[in-house]
Amino acid sequence: MAGKTLYDKLWEAHVVRDNGDGTALLYIDRQLVHEVTSPQAFAGLRLANRPVWRVAANLAVVDHNVPTTDRDKGIADPVSAIQIDTLDQNCRDYGIVQFGLHDRRQGIVHVIGPEQGATQPGMTVVCGDSHTSTHGAFGALAFGIGTSEVEHALATQTVVQARSKRMLIRVDGQVGPGVTAKDIMLAIIGHIGTAGGTGYAIEYGGEAIRALSMAGRMTICNMSIEAGARCGMVAVDDTTIEYFRDRPFSPKGELWDQAVGYWRTLVSDDDAVFDRVVTLNAADIKPQVSWGTSPEMVLPVDASVPNPKDEADETRRAGMERALEYMGLTPGTPIRDIKLDKIFIGSCTNSRIEDLRAAAAVVRGKRVAENIQEAMVVPGSGLVKWQAEQEGLDEVFKAAGFEWRDAGCSMCLGMNPDKLSPGERCASTSNRNFEGRQGQGGRTHLVSPEMAAAAAVAGHFVDIRELEQ
Amino acid sequence: MEPLTQVTGLVAPLDRSNVDTDAIIPKQFLKSIERTGFGPNLFDEWRYLDAGEPGQDCTNRPLNPDFVLNQPRYQGARILLARENFGCGSSREHAPWALAGYGFRVLIAPSFADIFYNNCSKNGLLPVVLPADVVQQLFEATWENEGYSLTVDLPAQQVITPDGEQYAFEIDPHRKHMLVEGLDEIGLTLEHADEIKAYEARQRQRTPWLFTDLEPS
Ligand code: SF4
Repeated sequence: MAGKTLYDKLWEAHVVRDNGDGTALLYIDRQLVHEVTSPQAFAGLRLANRPVWRVAANLAVVDHNVPTTDRDKGIADPVSAIQIDTLDQNCRDYGIVQFGLHDRRQGIVHVIGPEQGATQPGMTVVCGDSHTSTHGAFGALAFGIGTSEVEHALATQTVVQARSKRMLIRVDGQVGPGVTAKDIMLAIIGHIGTAGGTGYAIEYGGEAIRALSMAGRMTICNMSIEAGARCGMVAVDDTTIEYFRDRPFSPKGELWDQAVGYWRTLVSDDDAVFDRVVTLNAADIKPQVSWGTSPEMVLPVDASVPNPKDEADETRRAGMERALEYMGLTPGTPIRDIKLDKIFIGSCTNSRIEDLRAAAAVVRGKRVAENIQEAMVVPGSGLVKWQAEQEGLDEVFKAAGFEWRDAGCSMCLGMNPDKLSPGERCASTSNRNFEGRQGQGGRTHLVSPEMAAAAAVAGHFVDIRELEQ
Repeated sequence: MEPLTQVTGLVAPLDRSNVDTDAIIPKQFLKSIERTGFGPNLFDEWRYLDAGEPGQDCTNRPLNPDFVLNQPRYQGARILLARENFGCGSSREHAPWALAGYGFRVLIAPSFADIFYNNCSKNGLLPVVLPADVVQQLFEATWENEGYSLTVDLPAQQVITPDGEQYAFEIDPHRKHMLVEGLDEIGLTLEHADEIKAYEARQRQRTPWLFTDLEPS
């Protein structure tokens, strides 16, 4: 019999019952809750008079809608305020632990879960948010769900799931200098497409993935959904285990030893069979910049804006034309000549302390270019912010002309006041460059923190590898 | 949930691939804490010429005449014809709420994004996957024939054209059952509460650290 993949192991350990119709009832170890996708779920529970099955398996936080400045003045937008108050009230009513707006542990749900040790290897983790795939970096089965499923998980501690196919993405060898986890992932998405992972659970492996810190692995798994996959994961190794030492919610004492013993088994067997294997050579990956309105529309920084005329497929060609029009770009323009208006360093993809250190190293002693109207750094959590301030990174950013904000999703989706105006062009460390994502008419280019920082200084994209020499 | 068996209705063609849920329902409308009321803001940025805000009365907003759903011939459509990877991006269930609120009951495309596909069937909205060449034919038929309508028979898993041509589609038995009967999935799962408890008791032995409670601190 063939060995098991990591996904198989995680799946089988959580099946409560096989429904016999292609689906199974899957037990959920941890549910993360935020203000945007939960109010209707709690309302549903109330309507049916149902309790929460296991209250202490849930952790809630406000992140999507929160202001990143002047928090002491309250929330200016009354509609946002209602949503935030609703989560407060629901957590109070049901006894769910919540990191509220003024808690120093508050931050983006996918940053605070691991930071607190609340999401761990071997767990099933769900959240009403597609970037829940982030937590797969720890060898967990983590996926985003809709609000009906949030309600289902609250009421039953399970979700109904069909088993996914298994894909291995192996990145062999070592990346060159200046090439980050973000570049690896954008290159993967460019390679397999935004629907390439649909129906699959992706495991990332190979030397280049093993070499990444947990922050880098989270960046990779985070964008699994941009490749179409609900979940992405990386096998457990020493890097994973070290990450959890002494986190607030990590297992303690004897339980720690027992947990580590189990965590060590969370790897795919050598003879495991995947339904699809994709390999990339790390040395071929260059710093990436997205040019269009889908994350698969991405190119190396030394390339030029593509010409739709070169695309044979009609639907794709039409898509490219529409994207170029929306983005205000002309075919053949070198990516490096694209001038920017705004810079956003943040989001659950790239807002951890490692990301901020990398960006700060690029801007240290320099100034944001004249043509950049706004450059902001939004740490992923209050604790990331605090750590960065201990290291003096806030001073580095502020001296360069960046704004230094409070933690939240911010301009990743612009539900709060941080957004792009029509036509504005932004280098962003977030994960989606969809039309209107960062503000109606706004133009988003996805890049790594280093590339965003370098673009802030130059006023246009630059090849980070040239700066490093 | 309203049971869904057979739907016959006017078809509207949305000729774009990778339509994401940010386009289906832009973020500003996600601030609502209700499950209903999203229909008027479906495809808001494509549908209207001005910038939409939550809570606004949409009846007097300037419509974008180029957007397909604004064309008189597609008014009252109940079936949306779309391209590959429809519903990609954010997991927001507000997207199916908006589509259903607008009046759609069936979506037909060569492929859907996973989370969106799941969310649809929990809201009485049937996502039908047909091969890309069949979808292309349906697009052409819709463009060429004003008033073009289709019948979608869920129990028989067939899409039936006005000339009687039939296209079979796949759907997993669980989803089909839920949709056809209009069932409450939570109620169904709770019938197995004993099995969930038995699982928890087993796992408490095997992996006890997963059952340490999150305590407020
Ligand atoms: S940072 Fe962006 S992608 Fe991440 S959870 Fe927030 S809104 Fe979603």
